[in-house]
Amino acid sequence: MIPAPAFLANPERFMAFSRWAAPLIGAIAVALAVAGLWLGFTAPEDYQQGATVKIMFIHVPAAWLSMFVYVCMGIASFLALVFRHALADAAAQAAAPLGAAFTGLALITGSLWGRPMWGAWWVWDARLTSVLVLFLFYLAYMALRASLDDETKASRAGAILALVGLINLPVVHWSVNWWNTLHQGASVFRKGGSALDPVYLTPLLLMGLAYTAAFGALWLVRIRGEVWRRRAEAAALRLARG
Amino acid sequence: MHDLFTGKYAAFIGPAFAITAVTFVAMIASSLAHARRWRRRYEELAAAKDAQTEPRP
Repeated sequence: MIPAPAFLANPERFMAFSRWAAPLIGAIAVALAVAGLWLGFTAPEDYQQGATVKIMFIHVPAAWLSMFVYVCMGIASFLALVFRHALADAAAQAAAPLGAAFTGLALITGSLWGRPMWGAWWVWDARLTSVLVLFLFYLAYMALRASLDDETKASRAGAILALVGLINLPVVHWSVNWWNTLHQGASVFRKGGSALDPVYLTPLLLMGLAYTAAFGALWLVRIRGEVWRRRAEAAALRLARG
Repeated sequence: MHDLFTGKYAAFIGPAFAITAVTFVAMIASSLAHARRWRRRYEELAAAKDAQTEPRP
């Protein structure tokens, strides 16, 4: 038996916890974003990238979150598939649209940075292509769940697809090492420490924390919505039976 | 910040920040609307069920 925090195992406790935790985490996200954006906007222009370095403060956290959200979705799917945990299934379902949004943001903001720096909106290099595949996994997960009326079947099929998609995460992460890519290698979390000057690293880390907190708050809100939806569907069934 | 949205790369920086802002607003609005819609629906159904089970005079 996997030990889980009490609020994760019990929907009632989760609803009580998330009611105050979601706005609190959301407020923390706003404070972190304000600090990160202020430091980011006042940072000097990069000697190579010029002013486009500012795009990094919104692109890199989106790219981090695209993978982090998928890891959360994968863990929740595993718990839903193996332990038939309804709240874990709701958590997986709630994470997918947020993950798709962060991945879409990473692709679009990356493209807006790539055009002036690389001279191309898009290149089929390993990093960009594997992130596009990640985006397609999110879309496929949502489409698969939406296509099945039976909640149990949708949960199982979605969980299997989400777990299969986990294979793509190491490819995304190490693609810049495994292949010769146009996309630069890791510059923040790497052996020997960050390659970034603190004037860029500090706002980048603040924005990373802001995105993570924003995801946490929105995830809680969406799980709450899923719990209400399932309760409403059960109530509709009881009402129909009389 | 002085020439961020008017400088050489403004055509790329402005849309990047605008799209990010719009996406965040959409994520917040859709998440809150989803939760509120289903909570309201559940409360309506629960009230209807209560009315159904109340003994008739």
